[in-house]
Amino acid sequence: MNTHDLTYWLFGNLRWSDFPPKSDLIATGAASLVILGALGVVVLLTVTRRWRWLWSEWLTSLDHKKIGIMYIVIAFVMLARAVVEAALMRTQQAVAINAPGVVSPEHFAQLFTTHGSVMIFFMAMPFLSGIINYVMPLQIGARDLTFPFMNAVGLWLTGAGAALVMVSLVIGKFSIGGWSGYPPFTELPFSPGEGVDYWIWAVTLSSLGTTLTGINFAVTLYKERAPGMRLFRLPLFAWTSLCTAILMIFAMPPLTVATALLALDRYAGFHFFTNDLGGNMMNYANLFWLFGHPEVYILILPAFGIWSEVISTFSGKRLYGYKSMVFAVMCIAVLSFTVWLHHFFTMGQSANVNAVFGIATMLIGIPTGVKVYDWLLTMYGGRLRLTAPMLFAVTFLFCFVLGGLSGIILANPPVDFSVHNSLFLVAHFHNMLIPGTLFGMIAGYMFWFPKAFGFRLEETWGRIAWGCWSAGFLLAFLPLYMLGLFGMMRRTAETFRAEYAPWLWTAWGGAGLIVCGLGALIVQLIVSIRRREALAVPVGDPWDGHSLEWWTSSPPPEYNFAVLPKIEETEAFTAMKRRGRAYESPEDYADITMPKHTGLPVMIGAAGFVCAFALTWHIWWAAALGLLAMWGGVVARSFRSDFEHVIPAAQIERENEAWLARARATTPVDRFAELDPANRGKAVERQ
Amino acid sequence: MSDQQSLHAGVNIGRTDPEAHEEAGPVMFGFWVFLMSDLVLFALLLATYSAMSLHGIAGGPTPKDVTDLKSAGIETALLLASSFTFGMASLAQKYRDDRAPMVAWMVATALLGIAFLGFEARDFVKLAEEGHMPQRSGFLSAHFTLLGCHGLHVSAGLVWMAVLFVQMRVPGLERLVRLRIMRLALFWHMLDVVWIAILTFVFLYGAA
Repeated sequence: MNTHDLTYWLFGNLRWSDFPPKSDLIATGAASLVILGALGVVVLLTVTRRWRWLWSEWLTSLDHKKIGIMYIVIAFVMLARAVVEAALMRTQQAVAINAPGVVSPEHFAQLFTTHGSVMIFFMAMPFLSGIINYVMPLQIGARDLTFPFMNAVGLWLTGAGAALVMVSLVIGKFSIGGWSGYPPFTELPFSPGEGVDYWIWAVTLSSLGTTLTGINFAVTLYKERAPGMRLFRLPLFAWTSLCTAILMIFAMPPLTVATALLALDRYAGFHFFTNDLGGNMMNYANLFWLFGHPEVYILILPAFGIWSEVISTFSGKRLYGYKSMVFAVMCIAVLSFTVWLHHFFTMGQSANVNAVFGIATMLIGIPTGVKVYDWLLTMYGGRLRLTAPMLFAVTFLFCFVLGGLSGIILANPPVDFSVHNSLFLVAHFHNMLIPGTLFGMIAGYMFWFPKAFGFRLEETWGRIAWGCWSAGFLLAFLPLYMLGLFGMMRRTAETFRAEYAPWLWTAWGGAGLIVCGLGALIVQLIVSIRRREALAVPVGDPWDGHSLEWWTSSPPPEYNFAVLPKIEETEAFTAMKRRGRAYESPEDYADITMPKHTGLPVMIGAAGFVCAFALTWHIWWAAALGLLAMWGGVVARSFRSDFEHVIPAAQIERENEAWLARARATTPVDRFAELDPANRGKAVERQ
Repeated sequence: MSDQQSLHAGVNIGRTDPEAHEEAGPVMFGFWVFLMSDLVLFALLLATYSAMSLHGIAGGPTPKDVTDLKSAGIETALLLASSFTFGMASLAQKYRDDRAPMVAWMVATALLGIAFLGFEARDFVKLAEEGHMPQRSGFLSAHFTLLGCHGLHVSAGLVWMAVLFVQMRVPGLERLVRLRIMRLALFWHMLDVVWIAILTFVFLYGAA
């Protein structure tokens, strides 16, 4: 064996030259930021002696609430990265008119690939998984998800995928094939490097994690509801969680199949999507969008749930048209599987096929319209409180309708032929995803933050964030509609039309405002932590809430509810408050069994990361080891039976009675004074 | 709660504590949901296969050239028989306090499963010897991937079974092992269902 063979056997394709410094300054800067950020966290944890706390309280926890919060932490880290990338792309397009701009074309291609992949798979998905994880079990009166261990495995697989994308900034290069990874460009002859492999394995890890999570959410919603919590008594967010979970179960496998077949092509010389020997790119397009289209609704449905909760709470009204809302969600979930072909109207199928899918696409506007009217009618005649989450909701209603109309336009195949792959399309889907998903997630974060941490977020900075995000969104994306109609194509690193400049600079300004919006969110968090005593809401109901999650202390105990409630109607907590029975002591306490902490999910995630990283670089021994360790972790778990620990009834009684005593002793505040320091978590309707 | 009420629908877990029956509901339901998700995977591989078997030949062998009906028949017989023996193991778990017959039926299942994989491997080797490798054409890629994915599932089931054979002897796991055997049974029967689809679309259509 010569040295070359030995190096390949040990390190695969990994070489010193794959490590920093990179060829250009911006890439080197980004790599340094990742390294410095990681080092900073390590130093901070060491100096504050928080390692043990982090491990035993958080990383090893199977508590759905902590897992939810960890998902959201991942989402925020990845959001910061992808927003910076977006700002860089806007800068490039603004300055690269008859000029090379600030980044190389290849680097620009990496930017739009990572921006899309990160925003979808590692920002939006963890964010919504996190919020559902935190809120849904509380809303249905459950103690935890049905499979807490699997929940943690899902989290750490997603974490492993996110880590792989972060590592690609430092070691080697990421794919330049776009977030959808279309072959034949992503096949070996056109993309021989490690980039596409990074993309394949990062996406595969997270999609496996999401499939597991979807199964868990669905089973929890079917099996763990509190006594009397019939399906038609579920809060709307729980309903949208159920439909999202069902979409995850059926829509993630097509993605796994698509990435697995692409991997077979690249690693084993198969011919699924190659140009030669019978491969066919259209097979990929079908598989990918069979995932990709329902994915759009995985992203939007939880946000619809959040809007329903936020709008009805801050309007001080019941949700208008509860049943029509539920049926609309179900219709949307079903229809989402019938429209995938509109993603390739221009790729050569017959006009009749295009017509059928065009009509199917437009049909989704009907249930979505029903929801918009229901939200408007919820506000109509309500007593609105324009808090930061509610402001986001109002912006959403305006912008989402605009984006929906552009969607109806695009659903028309002849129109699609002229504007597809232009910035019109980019404007359309950002118009849906930013006000729809991202604003929804931010509103949900602000709405439920006091539940999770026991103190409210500072309102002024929340409103500044709202202002920056809303104005930034409008400035950044409305010009893109115009640019698209003018003929500017997406993913363009350099243009030759000087008349694009004003529109591109406006969009650049919008991107700058969005960066400010992100900054405002960070400032809001820091300011709120500093003022947490003044903002504390320990009783747990700061907004005069409707559903069960508000009927427990903030933050809630590990077991959520000391005694599971009996549900007799929708808006269970409102009903309890109306009857004056919200803070009554239960007759009897019983022991509660909860899952024990375990480090195995972290280990399984780490093994998944090792396996994926090794596959990317063809380090076969490490890939095999990682895979074995993943399965070994699962098998090892199956040899234990002491998964649970019992919390004695006496302890539960002590904690619960203390909370109840505090709740009864707390002076209620009028819900219009909910932002006042006097609000200790007991907001009520004015008598 | 009476015993009758807490029994899980279908072939259930037999004589054991009420807590196990209680636990059977969510885990069995969860596993059904997982199987639905897994079936999507096979459906897509079948769809890919059907497209590739028409448009992905690339001048190479056609489905007719790679179909060995006799071998497929033997494989079908082995796999169906293994589902039958697993059924008997499930019944033994439900109605017999004695563990021996259950273990015996599961051993028979495992042997039939191994024989099935052996025949499948023989088919693959034969195709490779004729130069019909998956790298030859899109059709052969799809053929090997579809059958390989099913074979991989059977192998995973066998590893799972091996782990359960060990766990049957570990004290303190009885309840969990019984629940796992129920889930493995579902998994094993699903692989039969998938195989019937493969038999129809790959072998019978292929030979026609």
